[in-house]
Amino acid sequence: MSGLKRGGAAIVGAAESDLGKVAEEMSPIDLMAQGTQRALADCGASLKDVDGLFCATAQARLSVLAFAEYLGIQPAYIDSTIVGGSSFEYHVAHAVAALQLGLCNLAVVAYGSTQRSIGRRQASMREINPYETPFRPFMPSSAYALAASRHMHQYGTTREQLAAVAVAAREWALLNPVAWEKKPLTIQEVLNARMVSYPFTVRDICLVTDGGGAIVLASAERARSFKKQPVYVLGCGQGITHNAISSMPDLTVTAAVASGKEAYAMAKLGPADVDAVELYDAFTLNTMLFLEDLGFCKKGEGGAFVSDGRISPKGSLPVNTNGGGLSYCHPGMYGLFVLIEAVRQLRGECGSRQVKDCEVAIAHGNGGVLSSQSTVILGNQATV
Amino acid sequence: MPAHTQSPLKTYQDHLERGELAYQFSPAANRAVFYPRVLCPFTGSDRLEWRVSAGNGTVYATTVVHPPEGAPFNVALIDCDEGFRLMSRVEDVPPNDVKIGMRVRFRVHRPGGEEPPMPVFVPEHER
Repeated sequence: MSGLKRGGAAIVGAAESDLGKVAEEMSPIDLMAQGTQRALADCGASLKDVDGLFCATAQARLSVLAFAEYLGIQPAYIDSTIVGGSSFEYHVAHAVAALQLGLCNLAVVAYGSTQRSIGRRQASMREINPYETPFRPFMPSSAYALAASRHMHQYGTTREQLAAVAVAAREWALLNPVAWEKKPLTIQEVLNARMVSYPFTVRDICLVTDGGGAIVLASAERARSFKKQPVYVLGCGQGITHNAISSMPDLTVTAAVASGKEAYAMAKLGPADVDAVELYDAFTLNTMLFLEDLGFCKKGEGGAFVSDGRISPKGSLPVNTNGGGLSYCHPGMYGLFVLIEAVRQLRGECGSRQVKDCEVAIAHGNGGVLSSQSTVILGNQATV
Repeated sequence: MPAHTQSPLKTYQDHLERGELAYQFSPAANRAVFYPRVLCPFTGSDRLEWRVSAGNGTVYATTVVHPPEGAPFNVALIDCDEGFRLMSRVEDVPPNDVKIGMRVRFRVHRPGGEEPPMPVFVPEHER
């Protein structure tokens, strides 16, 4: 984004809260706070130093007020921008701006959700769209399924190619001790699973888990005073095209084209410079669309690109190295987790799933029904 | 008196009650606007004309929803010939047989009870 300084701020702490199925009666704010405590411990900062607070959840209308109250702080700067799963990438851009302007000095971006414990219907307020709801689309799956139908029609993308995304995610998840899924998955198993909204079976669709987490950001000047090596924010970009799927201009092209372009321009980098690719994979289609729209392959070639294991742990491009929303965790708004995984890859903390010589990572958030796209490019010390 | 005596949605539904698929046309943008609203999203103008579609369109995207209970059903996006797109479904054919590019024709569906009428489509050759 123009106006933001490349490498002007850094992520200095990152942590997940409890994931999967959390203790009974835990609240989304409990999980935000748990993630925050762990992220502050990760960087050696104190809660009393936090003066910028950013959060989003589907389960609290005035989430930043609830969260600040819970933490017992009165932050100088607050932001609870909510654009679905992409909210946290927006928060990062907004935090970089706030740090740059001196509106705050230590920013926390947090998320929490208990949607598995309380049920998806309880976790998100149901919105009635008089032009869509009467046709009973199973949302959000049917919206993405409609987009998949276009991709298949225009580019010959197959269900097997979509399934290859789920299989690769599973292979990565098996290397992640905290991933929800623990067993291998085959393309046949994806295809034969329960059909939800054609062409998607339940294995083309993200998990329904609880979970949360937090990241801590500081200005580049301060960043080196914390416990671990800083992960610099090199580029940010965002774009929106619609809210409801019936208003999406072209179902095969997302605003990730714009958000990616903006983020690459700020970072002065391109897709060829990226070592680890962390994409918001709520559906198998998403990974393909974002690989295309962020420039890792040409439009329409996503299906062929993900085949033959290219994005699996043994492949040439590491994509969704935590196992993704498909196999690791998906509490409803997954965007914070791509940031956490990118930070860990850049720090070299990922054990058996560690990407070799990882210096640049891309964390891409998606919100609504392909509606909002937000890209963050992160780099370690070597990149600034 | 308010500037609008009736909401865009209510006008749309009144047309459906009469068996018509209505949309708005923006003279300033020289193109159709859908869903109905109080301003043209292409120009910002509040001059929007109501028009009635001829009811012909093409399937733009399609899916088959498999509910936990009950039969699978179609959900589609239809591009009407006047240049607007809406969510709907194609009836009178098995949901799997609805294909992108298929020419379809509007008909009104009246669910009854409190539910307002809905625009659905059938394959063109059925006429």
